[in-house]
Amino acid sequence: MTLVSGWGRFPVVDSDVLRPRSFEAVGEAVVAGSVARGNGRAYGDAAIGAVRTIGMTGFDRVRSFDPATGRIRLEAGVLLADLIDTFGPRGFLPFVVPGTRFVSVGGAIAADVHGKNHHCEGGFGRHVESILLRTGQGDTIEISREQNSDAFFATVGGMGLTGVILEATMRLRPVETGWIRERVISASDLDAAMRALDVGDAATYSVAWIDCAARGQNLGRSLIYLGEHAGKGELAAGADAFPLGKKPGLSVPIDLPSMTLNRTSIRAFNELYYRMGARRAGTSHVVSLYPYFFPLDAIAAWNRIYGRRGFLQHQCVIPQDGARGVLGEILDRVARRGDASFLAVLKKLGQGDGILSFPLPGYTLALDFPVKGDILSFLDEIDRLVVAAGGRLYLAKDARQSRATFEAGYPALSRFNAIRKALDPDGVIRSKLSQRLFDEV
Amino acid sequence: MTSRKTVLVLGGSSDIGRAAARAFAKAGYDVGLAGRDVAALEPDAADLRARYNVEARTFTFDVLDTASFDGFVEGLPALPDVVISIVGLLGAQESAQSDLAHATTIMRSNYEGPSLILGLFAERFLGRGSGTLVGVSSVAGDRGRASNYVYGSAKAGFSAFLSGLRARASRGGVHVVTVKPGFVRTKMTEGMKLIGPLTVEAPVVGDAILAAVENKTDVVYVSGKWRLVMLIIKTLPEAVFKKLKF
Repeated sequence: MTLVSGWGRFPVVDSDVLRPRSFEAVGEAVVAGSVARGNGRAYGDAAIGAVRTIGMTGFDRVRSFDPATGRIRLEAGVLLADLIDTFGPRGFLPFVVPGTRFVSVGGAIAADVHGKNHHCEGGFGRHVESILLRTGQGDTIEISREQNSDAFFATVGGMGLTGVILEATMRLRPVETGWIRERVISASDLDAAMRALDVGDAATYSVAWIDCAARGQNLGRSLIYLGEHAGKGELAAGADAFPLGKKPGLSVPIDLPSMTLNRTSIRAFNELYYRMGARRAGTSHVVSLYPYFFPLDAIAAWNRIYGRRGFLQHQCVIPQDGARGVLGEILDRVARRGDASFLAVLKKLGQGDGILSFPLPGYTLALDFPVKGDILSFLDEIDRLVVAAGGRLYLAKDARQSRATFEAGYPALSRFNAIRKALDPDGVIRSKLSQRLFDEV
Repeated sequence: MTSRKTVLVLGGSSDIGRAAARAFAKAGYDVGLAGRDVAALEPDAADLRARYNVEARTFTFDVLDTASFDGFVEGLPALPDVVISIVGLLGAQESAQSDLAHATTIMRSNYEGPSLILGLFAERFLGRGSGTLVGVSSVAGDRGRASNYVYGSAKAGFSAFLSGLRARASRGGVHVVTVKPGFVRTKMTEGMKLIGPLTVEAPVVGDAILAAVENKTDVVYVSGKWRLVMLIIKTLPEAVFKKLKF
């Protein structure tokens, strides 16, 4: 047994980790209580097997690529970072990228990850045409919108619980360059931020960074980053059409003392960050896709900044109607508490694709908290607000929500469970997350 | 055939082999992958074609079947510009101490086979007056240690072979690179306790091999830290060294 955790390093639990090297070996590795794991960027317990964790990053081959259509067939362990570095210079990028490029294709499908363009392009799963799935029952089946469509829509966003994703066929997006024309809008409070995001519906990419240390009349003050793919004509003379993806230049080599992030340091950082950003507001400039999409990837192992006990990311989505009141209440409680990090993100989402996909039309707010003190009960209180507003939490980030919160947020759960049961009657595929939220006890 | 440069990777299904093949294909080389199980190499060849739009072919090659080497070299469609030998077998030191068949396989896989095949290519390259040979040896060959001297001694022999070949071939326009990767996270080292700061991922080794070929480096320690570590290990007096358990 090995101690395993997600990116948030909470919880840390025992699981037997195997890294099979062939699809046959995957079949042999799956025992009762197994789940697949990609690059381990789910924050909580989603990619930890109840008994055994099947590491999939060794499956990193591209099977075929058609530059005429952008259609690509690949193994599930290919990282988006690898796809971007390999196919970006050839003029193709994934349609949807989350906030880190160090996720596997299999993980991106299982969590149906969203990017800064969910309002336009949907989630990662929308661009997946078919999936090769090894079910808990031991069948290897090709699933798509036309073929085994129940299994397909349960697998997109299904947190790996329908089986092991072995391969996928998806479309890449043709781009002229690897640069983004970015426009920054400064919003002095939450109303202004939400208005700016509404304006951002017309932009290809939009996201708001919220200063969650700001209170009172500054509550919800934000910087909104809108982005469009830049054409070749917009680049500075002599610039490469595709910028190089630098390896992380900085790293957090050790667990920092948990006091590193405190009310004072966070307030000071956020004040500085907001002022620097506000100075650029209104202007438009071209930036490399890497800092635009993946600002935190520049710092390797940034999860260590929260100290040895790890951290929790709380990401909820609140339906459009009534979102203003609930978001204001959450931000006010967080600001009064004072220990949420600089990573607070507000985005708009559209309709989700998978049966258990997180997105629904509304606003999503993501907050990081170090694991200490009464944080668990504080977040339970926040969950009550989310549920009352008809919202829900993102399973890829979750390490601690209650069954009641989960069941209230995902009304399609019974349909998902029925499909899962048909694919895996003996309940072989089980993760720590499914034990916590799905499985009969 | 294209006019692009070609690289042949012996041991193409290993993690370092796959990484080296990707590094060269990315740089525009057409690639040949050689290994025992040619069917298992095909997905990797397809990967190179899909990613980098290069030609990628597969060839059957068994490092223990030295009798087949002449025919193997003869049967290639063209003499490559670069040949990389990544073949090797870590084996199990403890069984190798009493199981002579196992010890022999370790020695032949790490010394005899790789040396003979690169030696054969060297003759062809010298006849042509160009080419680069790369042997992936090991820091374990720098000094025999209690915990892995069967493997280490074979790697030491391979390193010595490459060193001599380099001295001879350099006069004929042929370059020889010796690569000493140190700890690499691969199938071969899975389950071993590796020291984090001294351990690299396979793609780092692949990139280092490409850089060494392009820069005509003689001996590459993939991580510079290993050069220092091995310098210390090599200079320890035998009286002290023999008391160490590693």
